[in-house]
Amino acid sequence: MATDKPRSFQEIILRLQNYWADHGCAILQPYDMEVGAGTFHPATTLRSLGSKPWAAAYVQPSRRPTDGRYGENPNRLQHYYQYQVIIKPSPPDLQDLYLGSLQAIGIDMELHDIRFVEDDWESPTLGAWGLGWEVWCDGMEVSQFTYFQQVGGHDCHPVSGELTYGLERLAMYVLGVDHVMDMPFNTPDAPITLKYADIFKQTEQEYSRWNFDVADTDILLQHFKDAEAECQRILDAPHLDPKTNKKIIMVHPAYDQCIKASHLFNLLDARGVISVTERQAYIGRVRTLTKSCADAFVQTDAGGAET
Amino acid sequence: MADLLLELFSEEIPARMQARAVADLKKLVTDGLVDAGLTYASAAGFATPRRLCLTIEGLLSESPNVREERKGPRVGVPEKALEGFLRGVGLTVEQLEIRDDKKGQTYFAVMEKAGRPASDIIAEVVPHVVRSFPWPKSMRWGAGPLRWVRPLQSILCVLSTADGTEVVNFDVDGIESANLTAGHRFHAPAWFSVNSFDQYQAELKTAFVMLDADERADHIWEDARNMAFASGLEVVSDAALLAEVAGLVEWPVVLMGDIADDFLDLPVEVLQTSMREHQKFFSVRNPKTGRIEKFITVANRETADQGATILAGNQKVLFARLSDAKFFWENDLRLSLDDMTTKLSNVTFHNRLGTQAERIARIASLARDIAPIIGADVDLTELAAKVAKADLSSEMVYEFPELQGIMGKYYAQKAGLDPSVAKACETHYSPLGPSDAVPNEPVSIAVALADKLDTLTGFWAIDEKPTGSKDPFALRRAALGVIRLILENNVRFNLSGYIDAELVKHKIFHDRNTDAAKEEFLETELLHEIADHGVFGAALQAVLDAVLKKGKEEFSGDQAWLEHLVENIPESCTNLLGFFHDRLKVYLRDKGVSHDVIDACLAMPNNDDFVLLVNRAEALQGFVRTDDGTNLLQGFKRANNILNAEEKKDGVSYELDPDVKFAEDDSEKALFAALDVAHVAISTALKVEDFTAAMAAMASLRKPIDVFFEAVQVNSENQMVRRNRLCLLNRIRNVMGQIADFTWIEG
Repeated sequence: MATDKPRSFQEIILRLQNYWADHGCAILQPYDMEVGAGTFHPATTLRSLGSKPWAAAYVQPSRRPTDGRYGENPNRLQHYYQYQVIIKPSPPDLQDLYLGSLQAIGIDMELHDIRFVEDDWESPTLGAWGLGWEVWCDGMEVSQFTYFQQVGGHDCHPVSGELTYGLERLAMYVLGVDHVMDMPFNTPDAPITLKYADIFKQTEQEYSRWNFDVADTDILLQHFKDAEAECQRILDAPHLDPKTNKKIIMVHPAYDQCIKASHLFNLLDARGVISVTERQAYIGRVRTLTKSCADAFVQTDAGGAET
Repeated sequence: MADLLLELFSEEIPARMQARAVADLKKLVTDGLVDAGLTYASAAGFATPRRLCLTIEGLLSESPNVREERKGPRVGVPEKALEGFLRGVGLTVEQLEIRDDKKGQTYFAVMEKAGRPASDIIAEVVPHVVRSFPWPKSMRWGAGPLRWVRPLQSILCVLSTADGTEVVNFDVDGIESANLTAGHRFHAPAWFSVNSFDQYQAELKTAFVMLDADERADHIWEDARNMAFASGLEVVSDAALLAEVAGLVEWPVVLMGDIADDFLDLPVEVLQTSMREHQKFFSVRNPKTGRIEKFITVANRETADQGATILAGNQKVLFARLSDAKFFWENDLRLSLDDMTTKLSNVTFHNRLGTQAERIARIASLARDIAPIIGADVDLTELAAKVAKADLSSEMVYEFPELQGIMGKYYAQKAGLDPSVAKACETHYSPLGPSDAVPNEPVSIAVALADKLDTLTGFWAIDEKPTGSKDPFALRRAALGVIRLILENNVRFNLSGYIDAELVKHKIFHDRNTDAAKEEFLETELLHEIADHGVFGAALQAVLDAVLKKGKEEFSGDQAWLEHLVENIPESCTNLLGFFHDRLKVYLRDKGVSHDVIDACLAMPNNDDFVLLVNRAEALQGFVRTDDGTNLLQGFKRANNILNAEEKKDGVSYELDPDVKFAEDDSEKALFAALDVAHVAISTALKVEDFTAAMAAMASLRKPIDVFFEAVQVNSENQMVRRNRLCLLNRIRNVMGQIADFTWIEG
C-alpha cells in the first residue's frame, strides 16, 4: 500500500486518527491535566484493569520538565505530543496493525529498516510493568510497544496491547526535518503557515526557565503533600453517597490527584532538589496512590466488578 | 529412524535471551524424549529474532516395548497386603503369576508396556516443554493463559521417516501444530510448507533468513572489518555487541556511516558508549590517531537504494544522540570541579550516612592520613579525593553512569590539575572485581583505599552488613578491593587504627543529627572520656582533630550520648576486621594457601597488617609442604600434646625457662643448644620480616626434636628432670610460636 507523503505535523496526527478509527478504536481527546506520558491518561491506566474489552486512541500532550532545552535542541522538548493506542485484549495481529499505521503516515517499508528491540516497560509510579519493544525505524526509536502485565499492582486479565508514538520525532523523520522547530505544523500552502516554532518556541523557553530555576520548590512540595492527602481522603470516603443513596466510588477524582502528585514530583526533580534516595521514597508515595486508585477502580462497573 | 524438526515462531525474542533459550529447548525436548524411551543420534538448535528451532536426527520411530516385573507378597498373606500390591501395579489377582520363591509361593506382577509411536510421544513432550519453558521473563497476551517470551504465533512440528514426512499433531492453548513457517518479515512474509531440516534451512535462506546465529555474527564481523579496512580504519571489537546485534536481525546488512566533524572532539569513551548503548553501533577507529571516525550499523534488510535511506536515518539519529552528549559535555565543562562538588551537597549518599559531599570530605581527610604511608603527595592526594567524585553531578554521568571516573579524569585534565589527580579520578573505583586491574600510582592508591574504607566503616557503623547472598552495597567487593590494593602495592600499615577512627567519625556524624551540641562538653568531657578509652590508640588524635574542627553545633553534653557513641566501636572494628580476614582467606585459598595455615597466621599479632600476614602465610605454606616441615610439625604436635596433658594433670603451667644443667641425655643438651640458636636466628629474621630465613632456622629444629623424642622419656621418675623437660617442651612451643600459632595446623 503505497501512500503519498504527509506534508505537516498535523496531517500525520490526522492520518493516525483516521487509521485507528478505521481499525475500531474510539478516538478520545487528550486528558485535561499535566501528565508525563500518554499512559497516565485514565483511558489507559484505569481501563487496562478489569475484564471489560476496550479500544481507544488519542493524542496526549506530555510534559517532561527535565527535558527542557529552551527550544534550542533539535529533538528535545519539555512539552511534546504522544499518540497512544490501547486495545484490550491485545489482538493477535497487533504488530501488523502497527506496521500498517506506519505505512499510513508515509513510511515505505521497502526502504526503511523497522525493528523490534527488547524494551521491558516499567512505571514505578504506576506500579505497572509490561513486556514489549521499542520500535526502531532506521535506528531511531519511533514507538513503544507494550503488552501490559500488571497495572497498579493488579495482574492484567486480559492483557492490553499499548502503542505509544513519540509524535514530534516520528513526524520530523517522515517530513525530513532536522530541527523540531522547523517542522510545518499546518499545511505549507495554507494562507497562514505555522511552523512548530511559531507555536512552541516561546513556551519552551518560558517553561525551561521556570522548570529549572524559578518554580518555588516549597510551594511544589506543599502541593505534592496536598494532592497526596486529598487522593487518600477521596478514596477513604464511604462508597455510599448519602445524597443520591447510590454507590459512587470516586476513582477518577482521586486518580486526578495522583496524576497531580506525579507531575509535581517531576517538577521537583527538574529543580534538582530530590536526591537519589529521596527519589525512591517519592516514587513509592505516588505508587501507593496509584495502587489505591486501581484497587478502587476494580470495584466499579467500568472496572468489571459485578454490580 | 526418524528426523524431527520443531520451530516455535513468535514475535521478536530479546537478543540476550536467544542463546540460552536454544540450549534449554534442546535439553528439555531431548530429555523428555529419552525419558519416554526415544533415543536419538544428534540434535541441534538455532535461534533468530522470531524463531526457536530444534532439529533431531536419528530418532527412534517408536519407543521399545518395556517388560517390567515386580515381586509381590507371598501367597496366603492377609487380604489387605495383597490389595495394596494390586493397587500399586494396577492389576487384578487373576492377572498375577504365582512362582516358587525361596520363601515359598509368591505373587509376581508382569507388566508389558507396548512401545509407542514417536509422534505420540512428541505430541506430549513438546506442549509440556512450551507450557513450562524457563524464560527469564515471560508474559501473557490477549485473553489466553499461555506464557511465552513474547506472543507465540505458530508451531511447526514435522517428523520425517523413510515413508515420508508428517505433521506431529498437537495443540497448545489454541495454537495448532503444522508444517508451515514464514520467511523474513518484510522480504518474504509468505508462509511455506516444510518437509525436512535441510529444505527448511535452504528455503529460509531464499526467504532472507539466516538461521544460524554464528553465521550471522561471522557475516557481520567479516563485512564490518572489510568495510573499515577499505577506508584504512579498524572496527573496535566488541564480542557482546556482536552477539546482541546478531540476535536483532534475520538478514544482516552491514552499513558504515560517518560521524559528523562536530563530534570528533568528544572523548573516545563518550562516543563509544553513546553509540553502543543507544544505537548498538560498532565504533570504527583510525589506528593512526586512536580517534573514532565512523560507525558500523547492521540493518535487517536489503533495499533498492543499497541502504542509503537507512544509513541516512541512522546518521541523523546519531547526530541527535551526539548533540545531546555534546550538550552535556559542554555544560559540564562550564562548571568548575568545585561547582560540581558543591552540587553534591544536595545529593544523598545514604540516608544514614549523609550527602555525597559529606562522604567526600570524610574520604579526603582519610586519604590525607593514608597518603604518607603510601608515599603519595599529601596535598595532591587530598585534592584528588575532593574532586574524584565530582563527575557524579555531571550531566554526562547522569546520562551514562558507566562513565563515572572516566569523565572525572577528563574534567580534571581540562581543569589543568596534576596528572596524578586526573588518574586518581579515573581509577579510584578500581579494582571492581577479582580480575580488574589495581591502581598502582600512589595518589590513586590512597584515594581508592580511603573511598573503600569509608564505605565499609560507614555501613558497619550503621550495622548494614552483608548477610548471606544479600550485599546491596557491594561491601564484599569493596573489602576485596582494599585487600588487593594493599597487597599488590605492598602497603604497610595496621588497618585497625584507621577502622577505629573511621567508625568514630561515622558515629559522631550519625549522632549529631539527633543531639544538640555544647561547646563546653566538647572541650572537657568528650576529650577526657575518649582519651581514657584505650581502644582507639593512635587513631584517636585524628578523630579529635576532626571533632574540634567541626566546631560547636554538633555535640551535646549528654553523658549517655558519649557512651552510646563509643560503646560498639571495639566490637564493630573486630567484626569488620574479621570480614576482611574472611575475604583474605578466600583470596589466599585461590593462591594455594590452606585454611589452617591462614588461621595459624591470623592468630599472630599485627594480623591487621595484611602484607605481613600474607608474607607469613605464604612462607609457612611453603614450609609445611616440605619434608622438614611435615616432620617438625609432628614433633611440635607431640610436644604440645604432652605438655597440654601434663599441665592439665598437674594443674600448673610449665612456663619457666628450662635449665640445661638438669639435662641428662646428650640429645637433651643438643636440643637446648639448637633452641638457643634457633631462637636468636628466628627473632633476628622476624625483625626484618625475613620469613624464609625464619623458616630455615625453624627447620634446623627438626633433627634435634626428633632425636630428643627418640632418646628421652619426658616423664622421668626424677621430678626435677621431668619438670625441666616439660619446660623444655614449652620452649619449643614458644620458639616456634614466634612464627605462627602451630596449634591451628592440621595433619
